[in-house]
Amino acid sequence: MTIRVRYFASLREKMGRVEDTLVYEDIATVADVWRVVSTGQPLPDHLLCAINLEYAEPLATVRDGDEVAFFPPVTGGMG
Amino acid sequence: MTVILCQTEFSPYAEMDAYQQSMGEAAGHYGATSVFVGTMRDLNLGDAVTQMTLEHYPGMTELRLGQIVAETQARWALIDVLVIHRVGEIKPNDAIVLVAAWAMHRGAAFEACRHIIEELKHTAPFWKKESIRDGERWVENNTEG
Repeated sequence: MTIRVRYFASLREKMGRVEDTLVYEDIATVADVWRVVSTGQPLPDHLLCAINLEYAEPLATVRDGDEVAFFPPVTGGMG
Repeated sequence: MTVILCQTEFSPYAEMDAYQQSMGEAAGHYGATSVFVGTMRDLNLGDAVTQMTLEHYPGMTELRLGQIVAETQARWALIDVLVIHRVGEIKPNDAIVLVAAWAMHRGAAFEACRHIIEELKHTAPFWKKESIRDGERWVENNTEG
């Protein structure tokens, strides 16, 4: 199973990279993806997740070829 | 409905006027237009801000903005909606976001415009990084409004 993992904003800077490509057989959920890319850390509560450009919960299922993204709370607009 | 991500400075009023001129058969149907313009402030959390970088998630940001507008159009009787949001390097007094909603009546126009900007701020993947005197910092929270 191949998963593209992307990071944005302050998380991207903290990770020190914009993305990873995972080739693993034992990934079932978004939280599993995080555990692999963070070398065993639990998913922080404040981080948001997406699968294939749509928001997803940590226990959502990932499939071969999916793009998973992690990012901090969003701060668009103004006023 | 039109959603635009804009890499360079834009005039929200000129864009709105041009959009309204090009509406064609919708002209004459609307009686109320509600407009929100968000502009970059030169002060945040008590610090002077000289510049801002707006990062986004290409693909997801456009998708989410389109969903917000579609959900809003399903909830209120609207004739048209225009959303423009800046990305990239931004200076104080630059327009960051325009939300314009055209409807038959003011209630729908006002409420839809407010709904779109609140949903945008809380769910559209944009992140602000400010340049201040001591360096740079990510904006971690939305203001109350």
